[in-house]
Amino acid sequence: MRRRSRARAGWLLSAPALLVLLVGAVGPLLVVLLYSFLTRGDYGGVRLPFSLEGWFRVFLRRDIFDGTVSLNTDHLSIFWRSIWLSLTTTLVTFVLGLPTAWFIATRPERSRPLWLFLITIPFWTNLLIRTFAILEVIRNEGLINTVLMRLGLISAPIQILFTDWATLIGMTYVYLPFMVLPLYAAIDRFDRRLLEAGYDLYADRWRVLRRVILPLIRPGIVAGCILVFIPALGAYVTPRVLGGGTNMMIGNFIELQFGQGRNWPLGSALAVTLLIAVMGALLLYLRATTPKGGHDG
Amino acid sequence: MAETPPPPPVRRRTFSATTLPGFAAVAVTVFVALYLPIATLVVFSFNAANSMSDWGGFSLRWYEAAWANRAVQEAAGRSLLIATIASLASTVLATLAALGTTRQGPFRGRMAIWGAINTPLMVPEIVTGVALLILFGTVRAWTGYQGLGYLVLAHTAFCIPFAYLPIRARLERMDRLLELAAADLYASPRRAFLRITLPLLMPGVLAGAMLAFVISLDDVIITEFVKSAGQDTLPTYMLGQFRRTLTPEVNAIATALLGLTLVLLTAFFLITRRRG
Amino acid sequence: MRALDGVTLAIGRGEFFTLLGPSGCGKTTLLRCIAGFETPDSGRILLDGRDITQDPPHRRRVNTVFQSYALFPPSDRRPDIAFGLEMLGRPRAEVQERVARMLALVQLEALADRRPEALSGGQQQRVALARALAPQPAVLLLDEPLSALDRKLRREMQSELKRLQTETGITFVFVTHDQEEALAMSDRVGVMAEGRLLQVGTPRDIYDRPATRFVADFIGETNFLPAMAGDGLVRLRSGEVVAASPLAGPVTVAIRPEQIRLVPAEEEGVLAATLEGATYLGTDSLLRLRLRDGSSVIARLPSVPGTDAAPPPGSLVGLRPVPGAVQVLAE
Repeated sequence: MRRRSRARAGWLLSAPALLVLLVGAVGPLLVVLLYSFLTRGDYGGVRLPFSLEGWFRVFLRRDIFDGTVSLNTDHLSIFWRSIWLSLTTTLVTFVLGLPTAWFIATRPERSRPLWLFLITIPFWTNLLIRTFAILEVIRNEGLINTVLMRLGLISAPIQILFTDWATLIGMTYVYLPFMVLPLYAAIDRFDRRLLEAGYDLYADRWRVLRRVILPLIRPGIVAGCILVFIPALGAYVTPRVLGGGTNMMIGNFIELQFGQGRNWPLGSALAVTLLIAVMGALLLYLRATTPKGGHDG
Repeated sequence: MAETPPPPPVRRRTFSATTLPGFAAVAVTVFVALYLPIATLVVFSFNAANSMSDWGGFSLRWYEAAWANRAVQEAAGRSLLIATIASLASTVLATLAALGTTRQGPFRGRMAIWGAINTPLMVPEIVTGVALLILFGTVRAWTGYQGLGYLVLAHTAFCIPFAYLPIRARLERMDRLLELAAADLYASPRRAFLRITLPLLMPGVLAGAMLAFVISLDDVIITEFVKSAGQDTLPTYMLGQFRRTLTPEVNAIATALLGLTLVLLTAFFLITRRRG
Repeated sequence: MRALDGVTLAIGRGEFFTLLGPSGCGKTTLLRCIAGFETPDSGRILLDGRDITQDPPHRRRVNTVFQSYALFPPSDRRPDIAFGLEMLGRPRAEVQERVARMLALVQLEALADRRPEALSGGQQQRVALARALAPQPAVLLLDEPLSALDRKLRREMQSELKRLQTETGITFVFVTHDQEEALAMSDRVGVMAEGRLLQVGTPRDIYDRPATRFVADFIGETNFLPAMAGDGLVRLRSGEVVAASPLAGPVTVAIRPEQIRLVPAEEEGVLAATLEGATYLGTDSLLRLRLRDGSSVIARLPSVPGTDAAPPPGSLVGLRPVPGAVQVLAE
């Protein structure tokens, strides 16, 4: 009786927020799912009947002349680029992020909030602005090329912009704070005396890092990797601005289907595919962080 | 009296357990690399020359140009309007939801509510973007309504989790005893809420509203997909500019937006630190 | 187990009543039931003859001083002390006048406008008291309010509380696990254990005539000796008669250490004992003695300057409980 009235109060108070979320976030996802099973309209949009064509086209193609089915290598190369760039971004942000997080966590008590604030500012700064900032650094007339040419190290600008390298540099720059913050939180939590115990037992610095530090901050590593990998996989702005039209990632490819491609069922199927991939990564994350019981917790 | 010479200074090296070789160097490089591009962007917004690589002296001409630019004016006004409405609405909704999900103790469906509130944090923006494009496109065709309502609704929805998190954190840490004390001193539940709970909750609410405002102000992708023709916000306006020849006017706009974010963030930190 | 089980208790108007018991005995639960923070599954609570069992806390003329004080944070700028009166809708002038009176009563006039964090523990305590007293409740509930204070301050506040209670004439219900506190301040004490009320009485009753072994043990130090009752007399296992009692069968005899006198072993009608050792404690000495039936007894003798209160260890001595010192408790 009492429990039921509590539940009712909980639902009633949450109802307005849930309604807005239903219309503005959760519900539309179901519409996307529905659209992925419809036939493409001639000028965008969809029409009946239901069809698996959109899903078929995600991975496969049918030859126009003889109707033979083969893997769609164009699409696969876009998926591959998305996954490869996201994984590399995750790895690079980790390699750069760990020393940075460690550095912040070992600052004196007084100056630590300042360093933390310095890493938080980019975290909250508009993604577009940060992408734009990188753009100005790496474009042909940008900072890097100008400086290198003035120094006489190169005679012609290095073409970085509109390559996969540009996207990689951009995503690393943009997502680095997402890696540093959870790593910092994990490092800040663990007991520094364990380090001394490690040295006391004759471990050198490298082995203390590998055998003591890394296992202890594993939850932070997993969180940081997931926080970088997931938005990287769904990235849209960075590859669009830095990668240019030909170096698409899956996010840009989805957009293309709703724009010039005018293939809404394919675009919807791609969006659902991306969503499933992200949810899969989140599930793995939950698996990795939920204690399995026993003593390795 | 012969003076004894001072002992030669001994340099003692204490072993620091927290030092790892090369870490500090990488960290400093990272901080430089993080701020150098932003610093360049800001510096060249004050460039007198129409260039982003050659310095032509200090000038505010690009700020003046942006200020006088009708499209920028409208986009800025729209951005602020949407961010204001969306942050207010999402904060009110998030406060109610936070009260509903923390004060009642566990109940059936609480996890489901929690999941729904956090959906915008988990779903890639591009997916939400196309989803809203489809849904609102259909609604547009049916009703003929072309106004800002779609953007406001979409922004409110994805701002809810950002507003919700600090409010919930505050509520969970709050001492329920103070409410009992108020009830003990003849305050009805309503008055105890208004006199004790709400003032205690205010820093969380303020922090939530501020985060929601920043998030709304910064959004590019969802806005790009939801907006009707001629409804650019500052970020989508900037995104559009990238297709053309860039002038430092974009730097000026970006710097202004950056400044606003910085002010809000500093305020957020001060609020959460002082009262946290 | 129930938090409260079959508790029947009547507290008089203007009384200083203390609920005493170990932690988890149900005394705080009982207090919360009176305050209205908890509703008993069955039973009734009457205030001035009116049933208030179902009244919410804000409708009860009962105020609480919380263990952690629960002072309102400075986000609410008006002082805590006015809160209750404002909620009761009293006119401004009256509120201000009463707040001033309360501050004077708890001797805090100078500190009225400080934030809670800026007050010392003792000062917070006084604000909490003033806040709860200001609306002139029918009953003031105090939930271990002195436990956070240091020993010296606690002593001070004990007499302070007693003074406030006498001056205001308000019924105080005080909860504590500290027997000394209970005995020092209360008109009457109720001893609780495991959700039950074991004994209610004046401090003297409780100390001198404990109803159960638990009460005797919980309050003060006591020697428990196995004994046998029959034919109107109580005998130790070694045969000495120590008391008269209508009971029959095995009983326990309780004697307070300070109510035992040391006399020569040859005297008539004494308990023969061997002194095993003594510890000098300043105000008195603790003597460890063994009776003929093998049970051990502790006696507490006041110190006399310059002389040793205790004979050398191994001496044969006689023990004589002072009149009324021997309590017979049924098994």
